[in-house]
Amino acid sequence: MSKLLSIKNLRVRFRTNSPFQAMINKIEDPYIDAVRQVSLEMKEGETFTLVGESGSGKSTLALATAGLLNAEEGQIKFMNEDVTTMTSSQIMAYRKKISYIWQDSIGSLSPRMSVGSLITEAYKIHNLKDRDLKMESDRLLKLVGLPKQISERYPHQLSGGQARRVGVARAISLDPKMIIADEPTAGLDVSVQGEILNLLNKLKDDLGVSLFVITHNLNIVRHISDKTAVMYLGRFVEQGQTDDIFAKPRHPYTLALLSANLAPYSEANLKNRIELQGEVPSLMDRPNGCEFHTRCPFSSKHCDNEFPPIHTFNNSQILTCHYPLN
Amino acid sequence: MIENILRIRDLSVNYQTNRGILKALRHVNLDIPKSSIVGVVGESGCGKSTLITSIIRQLDDNADIPNGLIEFEKQDLLKLSKDEMRNISGTKISIVFQNPMSTLNPVISIGRQMIDIQYRDQISKKIKKQRSIDMLTKVGLPDPHIQFNQYPHELSGGMQQRVSIAMALQAGPSLLIADEPTTALDATLEVQILKLLKELQEELGCSILFVSHHLGVIAELCDHVVVMYAGQVVEQGSTYEIFNKPAHPYTIKLLECDPASISKKQRLLPTIPGEIPDLINLSKGCIFKNRCSQSIDRCSQETPIWKEFDNAHFVSCHLTES
Repeated sequence: MSKLLSIKNLRVRFRTNSPFQAMINKIEDPYIDAVRQVSLEMKEGETFTLVGESGSGKSTLALATAGLLNAEEGQIKFMNEDVTTMTSSQIMAYRKKISYIWQDSIGSLSPRMSVGSLITEAYKIHNLKDRDLKMESDRLLKLVGLPKQISERYPHQLSGGQARRVGVARAISLDPKMIIADEPTAGLDVSVQGEILNLLNKLKDDLGVSLFVITHNLNIVRHISDKTAVMYLGRFVEQGQTDDIFAKPRHPYTLALLSANLAPYSEANLKNRIELQGEVPSLMDRPNGCEFHTRCPFSSKHCDNEFPPIHTFNNSQILTCHYPLN
Repeated sequence: MIENILRIRDLSVNYQTNRGILKALRHVNLDIPKSSIVGVVGESGCGKSTLITSIIRQLDDNADIPNGLIEFEKQDLLKLSKDEMRNISGTKISIVFQNPMSTLNPVISIGRQMIDIQYRDQISKKIKKQRSIDMLTKVGLPDPHIQFNQYPHELSGGMQQRVSIAMALQAGPSLLIADEPTTALDATLEVQILKLLKELQEELGCSILFVSHHLGVIAELCDHVVVMYAGQVVEQGSTYEIFNKPAHPYTIKLLECDPASISKKQRLLPTIPGEIPDLINLSKGCIFKNRCSQSIDRCSQETPIWKEFDNAHFVSCHLTES
């Protein structure tokens, strides 16, 4: 499989004070880093999932990958083209190859447009005049398992699951190479959640797209993804093959996330649970040393003053921790 | 016999809509024993919120209750006048809502809001303030003296939810209704809030009606589970019974669908085929018959009766009778 996406040392930051405010208040660094030193590689046909708590920078990373946010440092290469240095016309062509399924499925659909025109909107934006929009709309609806008649409905007439399917239809309309799905199952019931994930997997096989999934539902990660990265305060604390991470989490934060994942069936889970104390620190005031040490149940010396080294296990499981778990 | 703090019998709620009468709840039976946590699970649109709002008598104007009984501490809530109801809600029954940011008033400081809700008590403001700070300490808010003067937006989601729990428990209610209180929170905070709720429940001895569609959360926290489907309670029993010996086909399917229950990695996840029935044009027979893989002729003829299937394990299904 060839390389699809490769990100190196990506840093994305947001301004917190205007230059003038910063000057008056003598703030030296009026920025927060939402994504810091993130590197990842994704091959064609793979499913990559990004997990982490809210505010950990998952969506920022995805937006930067889609070329919707500017990177401060680092490199995003998609099929050997550097996204960070693209001109606006190149970005337009790039967006045909990469598409997005938004988190708020109904909110991402314009309330004034019918489903039919929503899912063919991309053809108009990219000036593809040779397509028969009616036929395309029928084809896409069939692909995502919705009846043709739904093309005349408006977003408020859709159920949550149907709106997700419309979002998926919009995403596949231009035959993208990669789909970024931001919380594709948030707010759905378990059976509908299964339907949407089965649909995404089917499309992945039929159309050969790769999936970049953001979620905080670990139960689904285990079933759908090939590679997983765990994000905390804008950094990857652990990444690797999904099976390895679930079988043997080596970073304390990963372990905590996995044991916070409430499943009704495992008694053992209850006994070995690690509970994190406190809250996620502010990005404006990152802890010294290991950024997780304020909540880590295993923290000891070095953790609060030295940045942890990078460990690699089995050539694929990468993590930053002073005392990786065995 | 354990005393029940809340007893619901044969409760039905209808909504008047443009298309006709929507039967949102039909013949619901539910018991909440004293000092216990009862969980309600079900998919969206199954009537969980209607159930809660009918308990606190806050149903919309187009709703009416044709039959039923909601007995709370030996009095029928449905027969109370508005004033009598107002004396109960907020003191004996209180609620924690799903979204803490919209529960709290954004332009009034937390302390002020906590003092305001004690308007019934004829005591000095100083004591009210002290009580509020004690309560905030109890829910684990760090530096309650400082947080007391802060505004909701200055706190994180988890802290806001702690404040709304503190406000709900301040009056010492005997029933706390929690409507998906952890849905808006991250997994690690969810665990913290659940632990807090359990500790407070043991300390204060109140009962909790906990509504969620997250099966893991219900299993973790609750003593009893009520499973709802399309406006009906289809099964009720102890948490152990429901999760280990589910009897109703819907409960069985629902548990199978939870990806957490599948220990082996598999790409194709199970789903429940079919759609939730239209609650305006209800057909005869069992409500789940169209999606049930084991349905028999009798299922489309007769409505199954709510019966005790095993010790304190109730279910409404024809298949469990034989």
